[in-house]
Amino acid sequence: MPMLIRWTGQTAVAAEDPFTAVGDEDPIPRGDVIISLQRFQTEGERLLAEGRKVGVRIEPNEQVEEIVRDLPRLAVVALAFPKYLQGQAYSSAAVLRERGFAGEVRAVGDVLREQARFMVRAGIDTFEPADGATPAEWSHVVGRFRHVYQRAADGREPAFVERLEANHGV
Amino acid sequence: MYRYDAIDKEMLADRVQEFREQCARRLAGELTEDQFKRIRLMNGLYLQLHAYMLRIAIPYGALNSAQLRKLAFIAGTYDKGYGHFTTRTNLQLHWIKLKDAPDILEHLAEVGMHAIQTSGNDIRNITADPHAGATADEADDPRIWAEAIRQWSTFHPEFSFLPRKFKIAVTASPSDRAATKVYDIGLRLHRNGDGELAFEVMVGGGLGRTPYLGSTIRKHLPVRHLLSYLQAILRVYNRHGRRDNIWKARIKVLVASLGPEGFAREVDEEWETSDKARVDLPDTELARIRAAFAPRDFQTLPATSTAFEAAKSNPAFARFARHNVKPHKIPGYALVDVSLKQPGETPGDCSVEQMQAVADLAERYSMDEARVHYEQNLILPHVKLDDVPAVWKALDAVGLATPNRGLITDIIACPGLDYCALANARAIPIAQAIARKFADPALAERVGDLGIKISGCINACGHHHVGAIGILGVDKKGEEFYQLTLGGSPEANATLGQSLGPALPADKVAGAVDQLVEVYLRERKGEERFLDTFRRTGLAPFKEAVYADAH
Ligand code: SF4
Repeated sequence: MPMLIRWTGQTAVAAEDPFTAVGDEDPIPRGDVIISLQRFQTEGERLLAEGRKVGVRIEPNEQVEEIVRDLPRLAVVALAFPKYLQGQAYSSAAVLRERGFAGEVRAVGDVLREQARFMVRAGIDTFEPADGATPAEWSHVVGRFRHVYQRAADGREPAFVERLEANHGV
Repeated sequence: MYRYDAIDKEMLADRVQEFREQCARRLAGELTEDQFKRIRLMNGLYLQLHAYMLRIAIPYGALNSAQLRKLAFIAGTYDKGYGHFTTRTNLQLHWIKLKDAPDILEHLAEVGMHAIQTSGNDIRNITADPHAGATADEADDPRIWAEAIRQWSTFHPEFSFLPRKFKIAVTASPSDRAATKVYDIGLRLHRNGDGELAFEVMVGGGLGRTPYLGSTIRKHLPVRHLLSYLQAILRVYNRHGRRDNIWKARIKVLVASLGPEGFAREVDEEWETSDKARVDLPDTELARIRAAFAPRDFQTLPATSTAFEAAKSNPAFARFARHNVKPHKIPGYALVDVSLKQPGETPGDCSVEQMQAVADLAERYSMDEARVHYEQNLILPHVKLDDVPAVWKALDAVGLATPNRGLITDIIACPGLDYCALANARAIPIAQAIARKFADPALAERVGDLGIKISGCINACGHHHVGAIGILGVDKKGEEFYQLTLGGSPEANATLGQSLGPALPADKVAGAVDQLVEVYLRERKGEERFLDTFRRTGLAPFKEAVYADAH
């Protein structure tokens, strides 16, 4: 099985990937699959009815609002980064988490360690790195900054809360 | 001034360490220049025509003497002995070696400075009114809010890969000294009818290829909701801004395509449904930041100073007092403009000796504060009128007392083709040639208030669209030509300049400016500034004078 990196909340670990990413032209194989939004809209019901796990891949110009009703049934939302500069997916991830999606949010495409700390904070928790980064390297870059200045999906306490607690001796 | 606490300092330390490792990977050949580019571009490090350029952020243009001395040290140790202040109140060092960059960042961190988000498609350095805390006409101190935005926007997980760079400016005064109408977001603090502090939020201003002035999308945003409202704007932009064409990627294009009302509706929808309390700062944190900008311990002084008045018997000082000394909110104090526009020098350049001199003066005479104005000058914001003659003398000794603030020789110019890889044409020699023509201070004074702004390409870093005379470098079959525009203004009732006519070759530009000034001096009525005369007469007489030969 191919490997990916999973962020546990504390550290990055290697994990097996039970999902097959299926292109729009390819036949659907057996087992758990990740398919495009378009394909999900036509074939999603059938695949879910078969009892397998289904993930949806969202391209940068697609809106996660389109799958809001399906979120409880989805195992994975894969956010595509055709180029690392295409940052719409950071907002998509944030919106998914704000809407309460607790499943896996995966980054696929031009996924590089320099973006890891932003991705984790935005609510992405699995990664298919394009730069060959190891889980150890991933942990290193995600954990580098001891503080953050704003609340995000990762639940870290921002500086203004740390300051408050320091003042009250918590 | 805001001082970095342990948390702010650890942020910088972690950043330095990160960049040190990234540079080591590049220097060891683990990363190609192309792979490294995406990293350095998030650290304000550019590869220019001749060397690396490092852009150091100066949040809301505020510096203390220790910071200025550190900048002087860095410019002397790692560069050629000078730095360049930009129209975004940053300092650029144009001759940096890659291997030194991490050490430079470490030096900067020692004084609470950095190069974070001075490049890349992220929220850039926050600018504010350089007169903040010293001017009588402000509704609040804009630096408080600029600092809150600085922290919120630093390494923002959602907004570090926007369609394009994003710039925010804050003012609290009706006379806009921060050019807020040409920013992606311009924020104007004011008090509403009930005396409550609110922001007017303007979006979609910007220069560049298609210049726009910002549109107001909210007149009275309660200040406590600033950050949640900014988040809503940025989210709409990040999700819907264009990324297929670099020239259409700024928020101004999105605002123009939806219309300001349509854009405002999208933002409001996002904002109304958002969990504001998660984003907005608690009152305790706002109070903490506010305390850092508490009014200084000003002395009670007479409103006029005999020493200051007496010194005016020297005509050179009197001229300086007329143009470079501005009223302060406290009687007996003044803001002193430090001109980085000595005719013949590069606009915005500041040598090591000059930085040290300003640091000394700030420490001794200005409550340890100096400011950077986006018009590429410095300010000593809290000088006693009694001390202005001594300050003037010390500035004069290092070539910083040119009495030309706001005058024709106070030219804004981007680095242009002398440094910038994107340039079509040089900007600095054009500025120098014009300044030399008007080097006689009496002549410059007679011409009066006139802003010349020069950009080396359509990116408009020199703000040429809002110059009373704007000059844009263009490339005509490999030769440097210059397109002139007239009538632009960055002030509260901002306007964009109108094209004068066909572009001119480099050696004709200074002469053309001379002709424009002659027309103005001939046509002006009473106290009219160049801009006023132009607005009254229109383009015709100016055009006629410059292109007469062509007929
Ligand atoms: S206006 Fe053009 S030439 Fe000037 S600094 Fe900006 S990008 Fe470079």
